[in-house]
Amino acid sequence: MPEIKVTPLGAGQDVGRSCILVSIAGKNVMLDCGMHMGYNDDRRFPDFSYITQNGRLTDFLDCVIISHFHLDHCGALPYFSEMVGYDGPIYMTHPTKAICPILLEDYRKITVDKKGETNFFTSQMIKDCMKKVVAVHLHQTVQVDDELEIKAYYAGHVLGAAMFQIKVGSESAVYTGDYNMTPDRHLGAAWIDKCRPNLLITESTYATTIRDSKRCRERDFLKKVHETVERGGKVLIPVFALGRAQELCILLETFWERMNLKAPIYFSTGLTEKANHYYKLFITWTNQKIRKTFVQRNMFEFKHIKAFDRAFADNPGPMVVFATPGMLHAGQSLQIFRKWAGNEKNMVIMPGYCVQGTVGHKILSGQRKLEMEGRQILEVKMQVEYMSFSAHADAKGIMQLVRQAEPDNVLLVHGEAKKMEFLKQKIEQEFHVNCYMPANGETVTLLTHPNIPVGISLGLLKREMALGLLPDAKKPKLMHGTLIMKDNNFRLVSSEQALKELGLAEHQLRFTCRVHIHDTRKEQETVLRVYSHLKSVLKAHSVQHLPDGSVMVESILIQATAHSEDPGTKVLLVSWTYQDEELGSYLTSLLKKGLPQAPS
Amino acid sequence: MKLYCLSGHPTLPCNVLKFKSTTIMLDCGLDMTSTLNFLPLPLVQSPRLSNLPGWTLKDGNTFLDKELKECSGHVFVDSVPEFCLPETELIDLSTVDVILISNYHCMMALPYITEHTGFTGTVYATEPTVQIGRLLMEELVNFIERVPKAQSASLWKNKEVQRLLPAPLKDAVEVSTWRRCYTMQEVNSALSKIQLVGYSQKIELFGAVQVTPLSSGYALGSSNWIIQSHYEKVSYVSGSSLLTTHPQPMDQASLKNSDVLILTGLTQIPTANPDGMVGEFCSNLALTVRNGGNVLVPCYPSGVIYDLLECLYQYIDSAGLSNIPFYFISPVANSSLEFAQIFAEWLCHNKQTKVYLPEPPFPHAELIQTNKLKHYPSIHGDFSNDFKQPCVVFTGHPSLRFGDVVHFMELWGKSSLNTVIFTEPDFSYLDALAPYQPLAMKCIYCPIDTRLNFIQVSKLLKEVQPLHVVCPEQYTQPPPAQSHRMDLMIDCQPPAMSYRRAEVLALPFKRRYEKIEIMPELADSLVPLEIKPGISLATVSAVLHTKDNKHVLQAPPRPSQPPASKKRKRVSDDIPDCKLLKPLLSGSIPVDQFVQTLEKHGFSDVKVEDTAKGHIVLLQEAETLIQIEEDSTHIICDNDEMLRVRLRDLVLKFLQKF
Repeated sequence: MPEIKVTPLGAGQDVGRSCILVSIAGKNVMLDCGMHMGYNDDRRFPDFSYITQNGRLTDFLDCVIISHFHLDHCGALPYFSEMVGYDGPIYMTHPTKAICPILLEDYRKITVDKKGETNFFTSQMIKDCMKKVVAVHLHQTVQVDDELEIKAYYAGHVLGAAMFQIKVGSESAVYTGDYNMTPDRHLGAAWIDKCRPNLLITESTYATTIRDSKRCRERDFLKKVHETVERGGKVLIPVFALGRAQELCILLETFWERMNLKAPIYFSTGLTEKANHYYKLFITWTNQKIRKTFVQRNMFEFKHIKAFDRAFADNPGPMVVFATPGMLHAGQSLQIFRKWAGNEKNMVIMPGYCVQGTVGHKILSGQRKLEMEGRQILEVKMQVEYMSFSAHADAKGIMQLVRQAEPDNVLLVHGEAKKMEFLKQKIEQEFHVNCYMPANGETVTLLTHPNIPVGISLGLLKREMALGLLPDAKKPKLMHGTLIMKDNNFRLVSSEQALKELGLAEHQLRFTCRVHIHDTRKEQETVLRVYSHLKSVLKAHSVQHLPDGSVMVESILIQATAHSEDPGTKVLLVSWTYQDEELGSYLTSLLKKGLPQAPS
Repeated sequence: MKLYCLSGHPTLPCNVLKFKSTTIMLDCGLDMTSTLNFLPLPLVQSPRLSNLPGWTLKDGNTFLDKELKECSGHVFVDSVPEFCLPETELIDLSTVDVILISNYHCMMALPYITEHTGFTGTVYATEPTVQIGRLLMEELVNFIERVPKAQSASLWKNKEVQRLLPAPLKDAVEVSTWRRCYTMQEVNSALSKIQLVGYSQKIELFGAVQVTPLSSGYALGSSNWIIQSHYEKVSYVSGSSLLTTHPQPMDQASLKNSDVLILTGLTQIPTANPDGMVGEFCSNLALTVRNGGNVLVPCYPSGVIYDLLECLYQYIDSAGLSNIPFYFISPVANSSLEFAQIFAEWLCHNKQTKVYLPEPPFPHAELIQTNKLKHYPSIHGDFSNDFKQPCVVFTGHPSLRFGDVVHFMELWGKSSLNTVIFTEPDFSYLDALAPYQPLAMKCIYCPIDTRLNFIQVSKLLKEVQPLHVVCPEQYTQPPPAQSHRMDLMIDCQPPAMSYRRAEVLALPFKRRYEKIEIMPELADSLVPLEIKPGISLATVSAVLHTKDNKHVLQAPPRPSQPPASKKRKRVSDDIPDCKLLKPLLSGSIPVDQFVQTLEKHGFSDVKVEDTAKGHIVLLQEAETLIQIEEDSTHIICDNDEMLRVRLRDLVLKFLQKF
């Protein structure tokens, strides 16, 4: 029986290091190739030795698919392709292909230049890795090879984020990557058609959360920022350079404009301008409203938001700073945080999910004394706020996607085990499908029951369709044909055609039964009695009285002869071919019962 | 399979394909050459145009002088310009299921079709096609609506009257079906029926047919289409280019193995080399400007203009033109320049790479930034303040019948210092110029048509090898003006089938197979038998389910236990269904072995007689006779069903079932 196998190497009951192996109809696909923000050792990358101990990865994988540019989905890619070694195709959307190398380079710089690690991938490796990338359009069917095809759907999570359908013959799986089911200020909502995959692999970051209305969250956010700035405090918003940053920039920009505020807003990285430029050039990936108005007013040209300089952090007075990275695990956001943490007038707003082990995660879980490098203790007096602006689907959104795609099975990744458990139950209850949540390294095997496609000769199909115009539930009509299997070519043809094609002659098997009935009248009259009897019984059949004195029921011939010895007995000869076996057999038994007395 | 040909214009096609149970319109081109018969619509009152003499018949009859005006020996209709629509009577257009658009030039008749024929289907096109198509329509509507014309001439259209007119009016076809331009409301409604598609996206139509757009290399988002079922494939090639300009290159490989290839939209100027024309364009432009003259380039607001601006970007400084202002005047100029920059995914590799940096893919962004190129919605407003001469003006419409170009023709036509350079190939430049004669201005003809020429076509056809080629009749003979050029026509084997306006072609292929799916339970129950080496057979008896044009075979239901009801059984319940056919039989029966088998099964008095064609086996006691011949067996017996069935089954053992 054909099967689909799934093994997460990362993101199994966890967030971070997304990397999921899928085997479907003999094809092996790796979904995402991410790094884990919570680790600095070997655990930060997926364990690729699981795929093969000594063979080449290229021989084992048919393709790699990257869902979007976040590092927990693509951060291990240069390591995987250049250091472990993979030369096969890597698929991602155009915006992802454009932005991914920049984030990888940023990540490399922080790791190698700042932390001084060696044995990490180099800039050249990032370039070489990107050469293996094939960019895909939304909804384009990409033929990876003769059998394996993939197709991208809009996911809405960040610019260029996509869900991917993987299909071999009639078997298919969908991997959502990260997605968002509600449109926001700059992106549209994820969408997929009713593609009925055998398996839906979905993220489940917010498996148990039902978020309040976005408007309330935004109002809350603006209120907090505004209050802090009013009392002269500084607001730090750790973000990743691309994604939520643009969403919040648009939000603050419009608020500043409307309220005529003067406090400066800074964006902390050299990436800003570049990042916004990507949004301008890939505007077709943003939401309807921005796309419609971009000629008149480009939403990514900000008036109030300026580039940040390191020295500004010590400036007196209020300010708002967007700084990278988003989980306070390194870089500029962490530096600014250390500077501002001691002042209770200041505020840090965490707008997204933080992975375990990061400073962001620690302060969100209430820790106020942090051990920094060199045993230094940092006391956090500034206000810490968490506001979920991550563009992930919440529980309602995930259920909605399952409803849209109508999968046979669901598999949860990219979430915490406890929360997954809850969602799993909900999905199983509501949709009556199996739901799985494997841990890293654990394999889920699903049996599939694909139909087998064959070619049917049009003549046969049309004949059957013409007969089947009036479907009868009680007596389903059977069609009969011959399947010719030659090499890998399967054709269903009528039996006559099969015989003809193979150069075989038909062998006709005919039966003639003698039925004796008592009747003293002449043969012609006996025949007439037989005719009227059959006519009255077999209403749905063609019963004919032929000029030569015989009776035809469909293609069964009945003749009457005199008995050679007994003149009071007539012999009915009933003759039919094997194809009419049922009816022929029925007729003989019917006639054997005798004829009804003629009304006289 | 049939093809209904609704347009006679080879580059502005409109065909309807009937394939399986679907009706598919291929493109929706609008023939605008009809407007050449009309007087230009001036933006500013033009004394010259309004004082043209009315035209009178030879006998002095003046009843047409309000409608027809004469200019330098040509007669023009003084009326709102009208367009020649695709044929609407050949087929009931409300039965069209879908319309496939190949590029933005081939959708200009869309509002006429979707809004006025009862059309209820879906239109498929790529995003750049829709966005730029919208700009072209917007410009057209704007050009015509902003100069309202009181007069709508109709007298001249009368068949009796038209006969009396001079050429080309006399020979204009289907004038009664010519229509005025649509409104913006109709445009919006038509465009709302479009569903966006991406290259290589497979779109299912009613489960019967799959259509797929492929990159055609001609314009932003331009596509060829594959229309296929599991066993048949039709390729629709329309407006394709193998030159490296800005769009993504043409996808040729996917056109392979077509049963029929419909070929339209080849170059309209097969003798001109686009690269050479661009060179000539630049040098003529520079020459005029250096001599203090102005250059007018009548053009569409999108397409070749992007390439021209790119050439000029590289050329301006070296030619010493840095101080010459370039103006692009169109109601959609700004949108067109902006839209060009956001379709990274639809561009050629080089331009895509620029976007990854990230930089705008087209250098006109820099021309705008450095103030070398300025764009205006019309000559009114800001333009009149900024206007400096000498200058270069890009503006529409290329027919010279409406749009801002009319104003510049009137303004600059009298001076021989100025030059008008024709780059768009859609209109004969001599006809376009006719209502402006006599002209002092220089006229240069540099038509740039990047679509396939005949050499490229013959290479393409060799490469993709379709079984049959279908094309407009114009492509099956040399152009009328160059009748000796046998190389300027399609040459393929078998010869291309040609069509003309209002013709219906029966496409030459027969469908033989259809896809059906066998459910796994049924597949498991099949018993394949190897008949010949490598060929196996299995007889299939199954229930056919057909839904949404998909066919599935299911295992026959197990005979259910007769319900233990007390209801009296009716006679008819026993009557077998005659449509339940038994399989066919094949093979022959070896008499000796058959007799042995009979004996083994307890028939002791078997006798065999030879006949001319075979044998007769007699079972004397049972009064039964079995005639065995090469291809038939006949069992003749008394009405003893038990016996008959026993014999039947013994015979069947020797035969194969089909």
